[in-house]
Amino acid sequence: MSDFVPAPIAQLPWKTILLLLIMASFGFVVLYSAAGGSLTPWAGLHMVRFLIFLAMAIVFSRLNENFWKTIAFPVYIVVVLMLLGVELIGAVGGGSQRWLNLGFIRIQPSELMKVAIILAVARFYDLLPPSQIRSWSAIWPLLVLLAFPCGLIILQPDLGTTITVAAGALTIAFLAGLPMRLFVGGAVALAVLTPIAFFFGLEEYQQRRVTTFLNPENDPLGAGYHITQSKIAIGSGGIFGKGFLNGTQSHLDYLPEGHTDFVFATMAEEWGLLGGVIVLFGFFLLFRWGLGVAMKAKTRFSQLVAVGLTTTIFFYVAINLMMVMGLAPVVGIPLPFLSHGGSSMMTIMICVGILMSIDRHPGRQSSAFG
Amino acid sequence: MTGGKVISSAVQSLTFTRRATVIGGLQVGIGLLLAGRMAYISVAENERYQLLSESNRVNLTLIPPRRGWLIDRNGKPIANNRSDFRVDIIPDRTPNKEQTVATLAKLLSLDAEEVERINKELKQTNSFQPVQVASGLDWEKYAAVSVRLPDLPGVSPRQGFSRFYPSGAAVGHLVGYVGIASAEDYKENPDPILITPGYKIGKDGLEKHFEDRLQGEPGAKRVEVTARGKIIRELDTQSDIPGKPLKLTLDADLQEYAARRLGPESGSVVVMDCHTGEILTMTSMPSFDPNSFSDGIGVTEYGMLRDDDHVPLRDKSLRGLYPPGSTVKPMVALALMRAGIDPEETVGCGGGMRVGNRRFNCWNRRGHGAVNMAKAVYQSCDTYFYKMALRIGFDPIAAAARELGMGAKFDLPVPSQSYGTVPDPQWIVKKHKREWADFDSVNSVIGQGYVLANPLQLAVMSARMASGKNVQPRLLYLDQNPKIELLNFASDHLEKCHQFMSDVVNGPGTARRARLPLDGIQMGGKTGTAQVVSLNVGRGGMDVPWKFRDHGLFIAFAPVEKPRYAMSVVIEHGAGSSSAYPVARDVMTFLFDRQKAMEQLESLEKSWGGNIAERTAKKMTAYRAQKELEKAIAEGRIQTGSGDDTNENVEPQVGQ
Repeated sequence: MSDFVPAPIAQLPWKTILLLLIMASFGFVVLYSAAGGSLTPWAGLHMVRFLIFLAMAIVFSRLNENFWKTIAFPVYIVVVLMLLGVELIGAVGGGSQRWLNLGFIRIQPSELMKVAIILAVARFYDLLPPSQIRSWSAIWPLLVLLAFPCGLIILQPDLGTTITVAAGALTIAFLAGLPMRLFVGGAVALAVLTPIAFFFGLEEYQQRRVTTFLNPENDPLGAGYHITQSKIAIGSGGIFGKGFLNGTQSHLDYLPEGHTDFVFATMAEEWGLLGGVIVLFGFFLLFRWGLGVAMKAKTRFSQLVAVGLTTTIFFYVAINLMMVMGLAPVVGIPLPFLSHGGSSMMTIMICVGILMSIDRHPGRQSSAFG
Repeated sequence: MTGGKVISSAVQSLTFTRRATVIGGLQVGIGLLLAGRMAYISVAENERYQLLSESNRVNLTLIPPRRGWLIDRNGKPIANNRSDFRVDIIPDRTPNKEQTVATLAKLLSLDAEEVERINKELKQTNSFQPVQVASGLDWEKYAAVSVRLPDLPGVSPRQGFSRFYPSGAAVGHLVGYVGIASAEDYKENPDPILITPGYKIGKDGLEKHFEDRLQGEPGAKRVEVTARGKIIRELDTQSDIPGKPLKLTLDADLQEYAARRLGPESGSVVVMDCHTGEILTMTSMPSFDPNSFSDGIGVTEYGMLRDDDHVPLRDKSLRGLYPPGSTVKPMVALALMRAGIDPEETVGCGGGMRVGNRRFNCWNRRGHGAVNMAKAVYQSCDTYFYKMALRIGFDPIAAAARELGMGAKFDLPVPSQSYGTVPDPQWIVKKHKREWADFDSVNSVIGQGYVLANPLQLAVMSARMASGKNVQPRLLYLDQNPKIELLNFASDHLEKCHQFMSDVVNGPGTARRARLPLDGIQMGGKTGTAQVVSLNVGRGGMDVPWKFRDHGLFIAFAPVEKPRYAMSVVIEHGAGSSSAYPVARDVMTFLFDRQKAMEQLESLEKSWGGNIAERTAKKMTAYRAQKELEKAIAEGRIQTGSGDDTNENVEPQVGQ
């Protein structure tokens, strides 16, 4: 192969690209059906975006570890400032807002934060001398790093993203070697605090989502409608599905958000359990690759970043699928590669790009070429 | 926190590997959990969710069945179904009712009164019950609503059938009407067809009584709908099974004729076949138009019916009770003959007689002189009957009255009958805790006092006297008439009775104007006048207010030689029998010569100001104007002084 193909192209992570391409194409097929057999408004744009972001990821893969190290904190600060901007514009314009309109593009800073927090926290534990990992100074900077973004995102209010951001940071802290008892203790504290937070910390609409999730049939036409209809879509698909373009739940508008958060239900209705297993297997390959990259990585920063980014993508997938199957409350988190939506796809492809970069530069300090 | 042990990069790297493996393991675990969950939903619960998905997708629309027709003895429809376009609102699917009604009012050009009715019904009915907006629409209006359907949630335009009564008000009381099932009906029988727009059930009369037979089986249409209720396509349709037709003994033309002939009067005409008991006509006027009720009656129209002193909402043929007055005299004559009184025996009439310490007048104060039975009937001499009743006692007379159908409740498919009273000594002890007195006999023998009958009973009495058969009135047409037994009256007595009644009309009697304008066909009859109130001055003639005037009654049969038809006519407050027998004459004429009868009717209707529909429309306009005026006065828009003048002008016409 190397005889015919120029080295820079031959060196691309073809297997990964192929996997991503297959998954995004499947998303394209599902969105094409969701629109009633039409490229517009979703499928075409979905594919175009994917290809653009794939190009971006390939560009990212050429950058080496030092680049990510250098930009880790500045990016974090910029994204925090953007979150602040969102809050300020929202306060002036009235009502909550998640978007920042830069004129040529509308971006959702909370999405970017999912990546920025990984880089920043990983960079912090990278800088921290190993001897201090079990000390207080391994903890308070983490809390500070988390406080700004989480505070700003929960104000939006966006519980789902807040949890994802915090979980990403905590995963890295866990991997960095913080004492196990902190996590065990934290889990216990969470179990105690959750009910308290539920009753005093959550907005009423958030509380309703949780109670509805616990018993969707209680409120079949209200908040439970999403979960119920999603389960009907998945359940009625059976093993082999109703067939391409034959979904009724999605085509007749019973399934809400069938092209974004509930795209998996749209897919499952037409492709059945088989389609679901293929999608899950695709994600399994992706995470295996991500964790493999982490294992191969030689430096602490790249190790932490690789697992952190893989876990971030995993959170998307896990929370989305649990929600769609009625195992978690409805929190607006899309499914990578299948859901229609620019911001989340950008975040995921940034994660993928950085992972590719680490894959390509596993951290040999002596490495001369970039 | 203090570091328990020195941690090197190597140790850290080991920790990382270990913990990353844990995370990888957790991820695989969650992945398997998700796969298991999905398999559970899509395989184990597949059937359940498939059903739910189907019930989402497919909307079963019931098609209201066409009701069975009501037809008359000649197959002419009395109630049929008209294909129409209609629009209903289903309240619980309509978020903004006021705006929806306003939009529909504009699209369908509904008047303020209709809008008021719709809004009222929307408030009253249960949220799942459809409220009719309009029916009998033309295609343009129906289409105008249909194309705007996406903006009108809860509005249901349909093509269907609505009940139609060609004779309108003429059959109102008898046939009843249909309407939307009530909340109670639905509670009793929660069949979804009951709340399907366009589905009507019988609410009164025959429509109600024969509901099961007329109803039919609903059809169904399966359509694919979106979550917003938009119909994507029709899947399949099962057509309805129409209800079975019901053939009645009525003659629709005769019924309509009788109704029209009653004109502006409040009264009843019942015509029977005196050999079979078949009811050819049972008319009560004024009446309501069942077409109006079936479509949801307007406030004004209902108000007019309710406020009318001629009580159009009461079926006078069955529920009106009247003292039969002198119409009982042929029956009493039969009773007397059976009791052995010689018809030729004469009694002197000096214009009345004293019974106890009270004087009972004959209607003719100057007296009839020597009166035999024939004269007593054709001249309606009260004194003769007073004396005879005192002689034989009232029991044999009461027995004959009952044998001839007085006081009877007949086996008829009607919601209710008022069956009146035939008083006798046992009855008075039970009811009034006193002994029977002579004045009771005297009162009762001329059909006054406690004696009460409904017009149907009078017709039955006439029919039984005419045929001598124990006929039972009947509304359902049978191909084979049941065998009817003879009554216990001697045939020569019956013949004499027929002769007396013939003399009333064709001889020196009280109703000579009732003679049929036909060659070779004569009618026998008997007049009756029933006092409504005891008046100090004179009798209840035309010179007293309408509601104090006497009721006019007439019973008849024809032809005299070979009786075929029997009839009763009752005119409420007609100021005597002279209001009743011309009606009987014309209705009887209609049975033998339609054209002659129609000519007579047309000239009469000209003098009354049009036929039933035209007069009702005029009355309605006047009523509406009056209501408007009252409202205006109440709101202070018009001075009361000038209002009174106008009020008189718009007063509905009553009486002749």
